Amino acid sequence: MMKELRLMKGNEALAEAAIRYGADGYFGYPITPQSEVIEYLMAERPERRTGMVVLQAESEVAAINMVYGGAACGKRVMTSSSSPGVSLKMEGVSYIAGAELPCLVANIQRGGPGLGTIQPSQADYFQATKGGGHGDYRMIVLAPASVQEMSDFVSLGFDLAFKYRNPAMILSDGVIGQMMEKVELQPQRARRTEEEIIQECPWATTGKPATRGHNIITSLELDPGRQEKFNLKLQKKYKEIERNEVRYEEINCDDADYILVAFGSSARICQKAMDIARAEGIKVGLLRPITLWPFPYKPIKTLAQHAKGFLVVELNAGQMIEDVQLAVAEKVKVEHFGRYGGIIPAPGEVLEALKSKVIGG
Amino acid sequence: MTEEIIIAGFGGQGVLSMGKILAYSGIMQDQEVSWMPSYGPEMRGGTANVTVILSDERISSPVLNQFDTAIILNQQSLDKFESTVKPGGVLLYDPNGIVHPPTRKDIAIYRIRAAEFASKVGLAKVFNMIVLGAFLKIKPIVDESNIEKGLQKSLPERHHKMIPENLKAVKIGKDNVELMQEV
Repeated sequence: MMKELRLMKGNEALAEAAIRYGADGYFGYPITPQSEVIEYLMAERPERRTGMVVLQAESEVAAINMVYGGAACGKRVMTSSSSPGVSLKMEGVSYIAGAELPCLVANIQRGGPGLGTIQPSQADYFQATKGGGHGDYRMIVLAPASVQEMSDFVSLGFDLAFKYRNPAMILSDGVIGQMMEKVELQPQRARRTEEEIIQECPWATTGKPATRGHNIITSLELDPGRQEKFNLKLQKKYKEIERNEVRYEEINCDDADYILVAFGSSARICQKAMDIARAEGIKVGLLRPITLWPFPYKPIKTLAQHAKGFLVVELNAGQMIEDVQLAVAEKVKVEHFGRYGGIIPAPGEVLEALKSKVIGG
Repeated sequence: MTEEIIIAGFGGQGVLSMGKILAYSGIMQDQEVSWMPSYGPEMRGGTANVTVILSDERISSPVLNQFDTAIILNQQSLDKFESTVKPGGVLLYDPNGIVHPPTRKDIAIYRIRAAEFASKVGLAKVFNMIVLGAFLKIKPIVDESNIEKGLQKSLPERHHKMIPENLKAVKIGKDNVELMQEV
């Protein structure tokens, strides 16, 4: 089959991928730098292409609760926003995790805290991977580093969300959302029929037949004994996800003396820094976590046996570094380099930081 | 081959769309491309810029602080980006509105009087394509036929009737670019 190549923004690729995956609904509210998602969906009229519902909600809170409702019916539903808007959605995400429902949330991060700036940032790592909402829950977090992955991770995110009945997040940023690259689009899939949903999602509220009891979707359980049991069940599921779903990319790590660890747009900048370093004769490798939760602790632990030092590069003041430090366990030096508030470092700055903080420091 | 380009000027001059047409032309000849715009407040009535990379290999960073070529369309952008051209690189500018011309001695400097030509031949809308033509004369990194294909891909169908005008503008740019300083 002929490949379908297009030049698209990351935000547009994400939106097109949702239509092609056969998503049933998108509920969102505009915010820079992710507004192209809803703009593209509105312009494409997916209700004519596949019957997919696209709705601009009255607020981010409304949008995530529409997702909650759609997910309860076994529908493939999603929302997207940028940092301040994602904070508003966090209550809903916690409820969705507590009700064990699948959904996809995309965060095209901008600098914070508060309303902050509209320029790119990765300062929502903690929010995405360590909680965000309340309660002991986990979200599967995918970090795309290209427009292609903005497209591909829509299907991956939905697949994982439904496999584990758990919310999944695409944690992107203003660089990947706004930039255009070549993207190979996936073929159009059909939306699931009501019969398929009944078969594949026996837990969903699809209307009660005489043959089974009520399906009740709730995150409320007043009996602490039963709630503890439910928490244990969740934790068992999270362990299974940690065992099965860790994804990462290693570039030039085999012979590397120094390892850069970075995700998303930072990983792209680090790749160039690595190329410059290698041209100078410094053996640098790059480990790029693709799933931020579950985090690739093991491969980092393995690299720590031979590497002389690590530099964690993030568009924040030091968040993922805590997970890298856990994995390295003080075997070798782990340093951080970040820019904040929407400033994006050039590859040369990363290399300078590696030299001053890790190699020379 | 990897060519790292910054295009910078006022919002409305067609900076972003020039970059997009260039990127699409790169795709037409099977290259890897990236297009990273400035977005946000500076676009609204102020300056706009876009980083475009065309390469035969996988592109690493879409964000750069050094460029093979800077295409400059106003004074603010010249002030900001002249220093970011790699030694031996190319700076192409339109002198319209430029009070302080570039001063670097270690780069090649070219001039295209695109605004002047655009108003002279009544092609104000395709001003940016005159600039693109000038760039392609200096660095023929994409084929003319691929520019046409790139235009077809990046322009909505209702604007396809403008493609001949766009190509005419490219030719004007090619024919009129002036070398101001060799490296």
